[in-house]
Amino acid sequence: MSRYFCGIDIGSSYTKVVVVDENRSIVGHEVRKTGISFDQVALDALDEILAQAKIDRASIGRVVSTGVGRHNCSIRDVARPEITALAKGSFYLFPRAITIVDIGGQDNKVIKVGADGRQLSFKMNRKCAAGTGSFLEEVAHKLDLTIAQMNQQAANAERSINVGSFCTVFAATEIVHHIRNGEKLDQILLGVFESIYKRASEMDTITDPVVLTGGAVAHAPVLKDIFQKRGNISVLTPPEPQLVCAMGAAIFAYEGSQAQSEEDQ
Amino acid sequence: MSEINSTKLLKGIMADYFKSFFPSEGEKPKVAWCTSVGPSEILTAFGYQVYYPENHGAMLGATRTSNECIPQATSLGYSPDICSYLTSDIGSHLLGKTPLTRAYGIPHPPRPDVLVYSTNQCHEVQEWFSYYGREFNVPVLGIHPPWKAGPMTTLQLAHVKDQYLELIKNLETLNKTSFDYDRFHQVLGNSATTSKLWREFLNKMVNRPSPATFFDSCIQMGPAVVLRGLPEANDYYRQLNQEMDQKITAGEGALEKERIRLFWDGMPVWGKLRYFSELFKENASAVVASTYCNSWVFDFDLDDPLLSMARAYTGIFINRSEEVKEKVLAGLIDEYQIDGVIYHDSKTCPHNSNNRFGLPQRLQQETKVPYLVVDGDLNDLRCFSQEQTTTSLEAFVEQLSE
Repeated sequence: MSRYFCGIDIGSSYTKVVVVDENRSIVGHEVRKTGISFDQVALDALDEILAQAKIDRASIGRVVSTGVGRHNCSIRDVARPEITALAKGSFYLFPRAITIVDIGGQDNKVIKVGADGRQLSFKMNRKCAAGTGSFLEEVAHKLDLTIAQMNQQAANAERSINVGSFCTVFAATEIVHHIRNGEKLDQILLGVFESIYKRASEMDTITDPVVLTGGAVAHAPVLKDIFQKRGNISVLTPPEPQLVCAMGAAIFAYEGSQAQSEEDQ
Repeated sequence: MSEINSTKLLKGIMADYFKSFFPSEGEKPKVAWCTSVGPSEILTAFGYQVYYPENHGAMLGATRTSNECIPQATSLGYSPDICSYLTSDIGSHLLGKTPLTRAYGIPHPPRPDVLVYSTNQCHEVQEWFSYYGREFNVPVLGIHPPWKAGPMTTLQLAHVKDQYLELIKNLETLNKTSFDYDRFHQVLGNSATTSKLWREFLNKMVNRPSPATFFDSCIQMGPAVVLRGLPEANDYYRQLNQEMDQKITAGEGALEKERIRLFWDGMPVWGKLRYFSELFKENASAVVASTYCNSWVFDFDLDDPLLSMARAYTGIFINRSEEVKEKVLAGLIDEYQIDGVIYHDSKTCPHNSNNRFGLPQRLQQETKVPYLVVDGDLNDLRCFSQEQTTTSLEAFVEQLSE
């Protein structure tokens, strides 16, 4: 008998796998670099969870895949777009009317969910990396810092230096310009994180409360502070912001399995 | 998916049209180039064979030749941010390469004797035609109707009519002949019939299931664009409409399953028609109406041909105020029982991207019909992300299905 349900989120940077039980409680999760073998990385991550939790594959009743590689997942029962999975996962964690702001590796999303859990609308960033996780990675690479180091420096800054370019490459040259002018690095970095807020807040009207999700939020908690202060809004952050989409997929798997059982009866 | 059999005939009609510019014997026809919703009836009445560079632009997009052509024009100083029909077409000219060769066996677009544009659709056509005016050393004549028209005033329309009269005078001088008003009347009559039949075709998609989709219309619209004013287009649409009626009677839809009905606003992404068509099919969603294909529906009044032409061509959707556009869209959403609206934000076609001044938000508030904006371009596929579009469209359909 199926007792476990699996959500697999194959993102552009990281693959996240969550396994839940019949109470929708997480029994295991795994995050791995996606690389180029979309299916294999998901299978390896799932095997790791199963080994740790001492569960065999046959106990998994249903698998729902999501993310950019959702159609590459060979063990999926169903593939769902990540927008829908994010809405599902966020509402499961915060069951009320919410605005989800997801800062992912290659795209940002603003999703509005009603008090009944229905997805009302969503917006995605244009074909541009500005304001996404890739933008942070680019800056980290240029400055030879980790995202965690950038986060720490920005958190200690007293003020920010504006980084206003729409384009990641232009923003990088803007940073070089500020460094050349002798501006303090922590203030520049706060400006970098603030630019993420600016790009996201341009995508749609942001209504209170906001649920912040995605890998960028997981690696840079300073973003929560910025959204709260700049947006004058209350911000809810899940314990594992990077896992919300995979969690939503796992909930879909659970619900799908329940619906199937009812149909069979 | 249900095929449209008449399309076989369409290929022959379009081939005959293009080949007629290069007759194997006899005198070569006088050729006028005209913008797609320009005053082509005046040109036909003067005896010109009318060629439409935008149609060529769409072919360059659909065959994905554009991305080879655009950089050629860009290197000549034509920005990648301007109309990609323009940059594709000029690039194609510079490269000496056209999809017309493969499709119809003709070496290049026909050389023009005169170039006539109207800025009713956008102002970039003026620069497009001016390029060829310099290139071929031929006259460039333009019509400049009022821009973003609200309710059209008598004064505005009289001004456009005056411009037509000026155009006629200039063409009389060029051709050393008097304008034949009887012939013009006849041509406009043919055009009115084409328009009526094309409107009838589009209206068939009000039915559930819809016998055709926007992607069919993008193919079927060829004669309404390039053959209006000529009887060939009318014969074709009569047959096509008959076939549509048969499908409606038989309950035969364009899709196997039609769960969701969508509206497409803005330009097609020509190089991705098949991709979109398949994606919508997989999601049981039929795109049953569009502003683009509706742009070739005109009301001509033969009792006052020039004034009615001024009204019809000034009043095209793309040239209207936001208020008028909103009203037109609300009407179409209601008429075609639309579940969701897709706005194509075409990077190089701001004039026909209707999401840029808050219209989707206002219209959703009024109609309660959700919308989605898809970023892309009519021809420049560098501005289009298939991955992102697939995710958005799948999520939108799921949202509508809830």
